[in-house]
Amino acid sequence: MSKIQINGLTKIFGQNEKAGIEQLRQGKSKDEILRDTGATVGVNQASIEIEEGEFFVIMGLSGSGKSTLIRLVNRLIEPTSGEVMIDGSDIAKMSKQNLIETRRKKLGMVFQNFGLFPHKNILDNVAYGLEIQEVPLEERQEKARRSIVDVGLAGYEQSYPKELSGGMQQRVGLARALANDTDILLMDEAFSALDPLIRKDMQDELLGLQNKLGKTILFITHDLDEALKLGDRIAIMKDGEIVQTGTSEDILATPANDYVSEFVKNVDRSKVLEASQVMRKPEVLISTKDGPRMAIRKMEEAGVSSIFVVDKEGRFQGVLTIDDAIQCQEKGAVLENVLITNIYQTAPDTPLADLIGAAVDTKYPIAVVKEGMLLGIISRVSILSGLVLGKEQEEVSNT
Amino acid sequence: MNYFTLPLEEWTNTFINEWLLPVFGGFFNGISIVLSWLVDGVTSTLLFIPPELFALLIALLAWKLSGRNLAIFALAGFLYIGAVDIWIESMTTLSIVLVSTVVSIFIGVPIGILSAMNGRVEQAVRPTLDFMQTLPVFIYLIPAVLLFGLGGVPAVIATTIFAMPPAVRMTNLGIRQVPSDIIEASQAFGSTSKQMLMKVQLPLAVPTIMAGVNQTIMLALSMAVVASMIGAPGLGSIVLSGISNVNVGQGLVGGLGIVVLAIILDRMTQGLTKKTAV
Repeated sequence: MSKIQINGLTKIFGQNEKAGIEQLRQGKSKDEILRDTGATVGVNQASIEIEEGEFFVIMGLSGSGKSTLIRLVNRLIEPTSGEVMIDGSDIAKMSKQNLIETRRKKLGMVFQNFGLFPHKNILDNVAYGLEIQEVPLEERQEKARRSIVDVGLAGYEQSYPKELSGGMQQRVGLARALANDTDILLMDEAFSALDPLIRKDMQDELLGLQNKLGKTILFITHDLDEALKLGDRIAIMKDGEIVQTGTSEDILATPANDYVSEFVKNVDRSKVLEASQVMRKPEVLISTKDGPRMAIRKMEEAGVSSIFVVDKEGRFQGVLTIDDAIQCQEKGAVLENVLITNIYQTAPDTPLADLIGAAVDTKYPIAVVKEGMLLGIISRVSILSGLVLGKEQEEVSNT
Repeated sequence: MNYFTLPLEEWTNTFINEWLLPVFGGFFNGISIVLSWLVDGVTSTLLFIPPELFALLIALLAWKLSGRNLAIFALAGFLYIGAVDIWIESMTTLSIVLVSTVVSIFIGVPIGILSAMNGRVEQAVRPTLDFMQTLPVFIYLIPAVLLFGLGGVPAVIATTIFAMPPAVRMTNLGIRQVPSDIIEASQAFGSTSKQMLMKVQLPLAVPTIMAGVNQTIMLALSMAVVASMIGAPGLGSIVLSGISNVNVGQGLVGGLGIVVLAIILDRMTQGLTKKTAV
């Protein structure tokens, strides 16, 4: 069962809801419906499934209905039709009491403009969700303190929101949502009001928290780069409809229509592509149990002057140049002693952008290593071709 | 223009004399007893405190709420009130103002809350308030006298009717102007409407409500002279007797007393409003 399952969710603003729904079913566009009935379509028959622990991003420009959609999920806005199943029960049909209970126990929310309570200090702001559940004072302050530490604001408990910078205020907003310990976090343009540097920090920290806490996150943004960076999967919205759902690679490689491809055109691929997508298997690979003679022969066969070396379990050891191999053979020395070990290593999920500098500086290709195992290597050429070709390169490296 | 005759005068009199008084006489009597007990209690408490101590206490409070200047002004003001020998009248007026203000707040703030929570209530309340504020004051002096007799009680009733609207309006406004993103946040975390009211809306509305209370006090003071026409004791009756005897000096003495009280009360409540602002 999906954590959140949205089926045919529709919101029509204005008087003529029924006529609007009828026309939507007939497939009329948002503009036609506005002209004919005066009703504004906020969200048009959206369907999404979000799995437990997934980071799901909804991306759209202003007016695309993304903020309405996230408010339909916790019913800050009443849906016109459709259902929102949270852990299998439909929030759209819940009684008021159950709705309040579900919001308290299952749905945390972070807002674009923070929505902090100006008359409460940081500690009380963060403890608010627990306060209204009548959790005893000491217990809720304890929990609030912990989530304040989690977002890196320890020491500011007694400050008031207006005394903090925007980035810090949003940390408070995040802490407030975390303090309730809900499975689901709804984040409405949570970082859009922050300046770029702070935004990047917050994104990284959110990803870290997500790894640690395993929340199911529904994140709204108008920034495609942010969506590609954060989302396990992304849904792109336009005029209240979801036009495409998929992983970042799906969306970059096979845009569903012109609208999406227009968006994707200007994306900085270096931030989206990861090391594992451009790496290739090394041409030559020997095990340390083979002697220098074997290494020399392999290099001659492949016509290369250096070779990546792994042990018999496949763990990365270093690089052996042909000169060192020949000397080693003449002197009868042990191969391990002549390996070059200060090779630049990287994890498979490192964005390409972070590798460009290293690729320029280093003499040898970059080693892609996971838990000590050599997965592949990245040369300067493969970075360049990855940036230019993207998808094609990825397919080549998989073969 | 008299196409038909509207016997509004007879209707009103019949309504009051033959229905309202016989049916609700006991009720009005009850209100009368409670209010006169309140006014007398407050007046005698104020008079029980030695004037010097009272002046000192108010000056200290003024210092705390507003600053040194007001404290000095309060001392000088009370010195004046003592010097022209209108202490008893000032305390009587002050107690009518205080009781009217408290009654206005007790009735006005809940009505303001209701009209902020419910659009229909607001639609009904708004024209009623307009009516209360625009109807010439003298007109509700008459039913006040009819229902409550002469003296301090009808004065409190008339003053309350005149002074309550700002308390209602500003409470309504204060709650409605709480930013929607804060309301949304409170909702999203699962607040009930009562929790939202008590923990978010009212605390954030306090500065606006205090501004309303300040206006209520000012309006209540401005009724002092008018209320004296229905026998309310206090500074107003000094001014009134100054008018009827064409005694300018007497009028000025009482009038300045009202001004002194007005400035002290106004600055003190304004200071309080600022202190409550978030």
